[in-house]
Amino acid sequence: MDVGLVGQHLMNGLMLGMMYALVAVGFTLFFGVMDIINFAHGDVLMVGAFVGLATYLGLTFVGIENPWVLLLAMIAFATCTVAALGALIARFLVLPLKNAPPLNTLLITLMLGTALHEGVRLFYPRGANPQHFPSLLPSTDYAFGNFTLRVDSVMLLVAGMAAIVGLHLLINRTKLGLAIRAVAQDEDTAKTMGINFTLIVLVTFAIGSALAAFAGILHGLYYSEINFAMGLLLGVIGFSAAIVGGLGNIYGAIIGGFLFAGLQTISVVALPFASAYKDVFAFGVVILIMAWRPTGLIREKVSERV
Amino acid sequence: MDNSPARAPLFPAIAAAVAAVVFVILLLKVESQAGIAALLAAGAVALMAAAHFGMTARIGHVFAERDHVLNLMMVIGVVAVTGFFHEDHFVLLLVATVIIYVIACLGLNLQFGYSGVLNFAGAAFFGIGCYTAAVLTAHTAIPHLIVLVAGGIMAAAIGSLLLLPVLRTSSHYSAVVTIAFGLLFKIFLEVNDALGGPQGLRVEGMSVLGWNFNDNIEIGDTFEASFYVNYIVIGLIVLVLAFAFVRRVERSWIGLNLDAVRLDETAGACFGLNGIRWKITAFTLGNFLIGIAGALFAMMLGFIAPTNFTFGDSLILVSIVLLGGIGNPWGLAVATTILIIIPEKLQVIQEYRFLIFAAIVILILLYRPQGILPRPLRTYIPGWRPK
Repeated sequence: MDVGLVGQHLMNGLMLGMMYALVAVGFTLFFGVMDIINFAHGDVLMVGAFVGLATYLGLTFVGIENPWVLLLAMIAFATCTVAALGALIARFLVLPLKNAPPLNTLLITLMLGTALHEGVRLFYPRGANPQHFPSLLPSTDYAFGNFTLRVDSVMLLVAGMAAIVGLHLLINRTKLGLAIRAVAQDEDTAKTMGINFTLIVLVTFAIGSALAAFAGILHGLYYSEINFAMGLLLGVIGFSAAIVGGLGNIYGAIIGGFLFAGLQTISVVALPFASAYKDVFAFGVVILIMAWRPTGLIREKVSERV
Repeated sequence: MDNSPARAPLFPAIAAAVAAVVFVILLLKVESQAGIAALLAAGAVALMAAAHFGMTARIGHVFAERDHVLNLMMVIGVVAVTGFFHEDHFVLLLVATVIIYVIACLGLNLQFGYSGVLNFAGAAFFGIGCYTAAVLTAHTAIPHLIVLVAGGIMAAAIGSLLLLPVLRTSSHYSAVVTIAFGLLFKIFLEVNDALGGPQGLRVEGMSVLGWNFNDNIEIGDTFEASFYVNYIVIGLIVLVLAFAFVRRVERSWIGLNLDAVRLDETAGACFGLNGIRWKITAFTLGNFLIGIAGALFAMMLGFIAPTNFTFGDSLILVSIVLLGGIGNPWGLAVATTILIIIPEKLQVIQEYRFLIFAAIVILILLYRPQGILPRPLRTYIPGWRPK
């Protein structure tokens, strides 16, 4: 295989990895502060993409044509709305079940995910069909032999990187980040030190969900198509990526995301049968990893209290 | 005359059962949407009134004490409904579907309710049963009753591939293993041409000893019954067997072990319980029952496609178990009846049914986590009830 094709696959893999990492980071953040898994996270991403699309349609209807304005408005509106959605989920579904068995939290978030995508399917105009997502980024490309470098892909990659770096700075350099880390470390001690636990949980859910909305818009811009059912697949993959990196570890989640995308890309390139089996392969790998390392490649530090 | 503690009089329980059967018959009979809505509202009001005057508690007590009577009445009830609608294909299809779903949910109940093994791939195991039936009836001459069992065995066998990851992981991790398996299964069916791809497969109808299930039943010139009656009969037989089996497992020392594993595996291990062994038992038996239900369902419908086995369908199975009251086989029967019949009859709801299921389950988890009929406490001395 020639270098150009390898480059193409590499680019595709990086893009996928970026999206998975953004989703996985959300799972890890939630697990850090509340020890719960929010299975609705994938569908929250889908809602983000649809809010972005709706914003675009609304603004073009009013007559705004400048792509940069449109893009910024889409991102701003989608992340804010979805951040609010995340905080609402935390306030009304996750916090009330804080002391319930894990099965209940798991089910309630799974059901919320179903409710979200069914809601979009039924109430978004023609929501059951795939929706065309506008391409707002400049579509110039440079050809290097077999490899076409598209400017928009590079910009998407940079934007994703920027989001991750931003999150890193937020967690490590700000007071809010310190509070989040404190809550993640030990809820009771954090409360004793005067940290408003409820507020931190809500803010963490807002941040995680905003990242998912951002990933949703990236997804839309990259594939120029979104549909109501895309959340489940991305959610499960994002969760698996988070597990591979060891839940609760943000950098592990990012590595997990890229690892997962790498595996998927390799399966498309290297496996003899059709690329239609790529998701079968991906989920097979998830199951195998769980069998091999039940709590992730980087082990979760827990001890059984007897 | 036995002198055991006075047995509760049967009358209120029988009256309640008759009322329930009449209600179901009316519900299935009424065609107009407004009539159905009114009927449902009336039913809800009647239930609330009964609860207010303490009737439900009394009846529940009677049933708990003499559950063999309840078992018998349930069968009579199904027979009565079937007899009433013996010519109506659509209604009988509904009744048969409810029966098959109850069988599948009994399997899920073994896993979820008793031993606490999570399984969010119920629809996938159901699908394995369906596809096994499709392939075996099309390509072999294996008797169809054995095909039913083969569906169960296949589901249990493929499920055993998941044993290692499911047993090594716990709560959300094992949930994700089963979710991943469910997605994998559906995607696999869609891309695999040998199994019909997205178009699906035709399945032969059942026939046992020359008795073809897909022919209408005719006795003399006057009596004719829909062919779905055949499937109700076989479904009811399987259901009775499965139900008796699950109840006996629950009451035996096996059930005690399963409970111990669910409630506190570490404590159980301290008393020498092998948690892994009981989880394997529950997972395998549960998948076996789900597979049998799937095989029967496929032969009844005559056609299956990957879209019948989505993640949403797995969630419906889980919601039935949860709504009925985790661990209570009776709750399952009630919940399945409600969740299958109402969306089919109230056409307005049909399109929204996944949304409504999701909303109902969220509300139940928030306000009544134990379900409609919570599982009663174990009694160790027959006839004795905690005061």
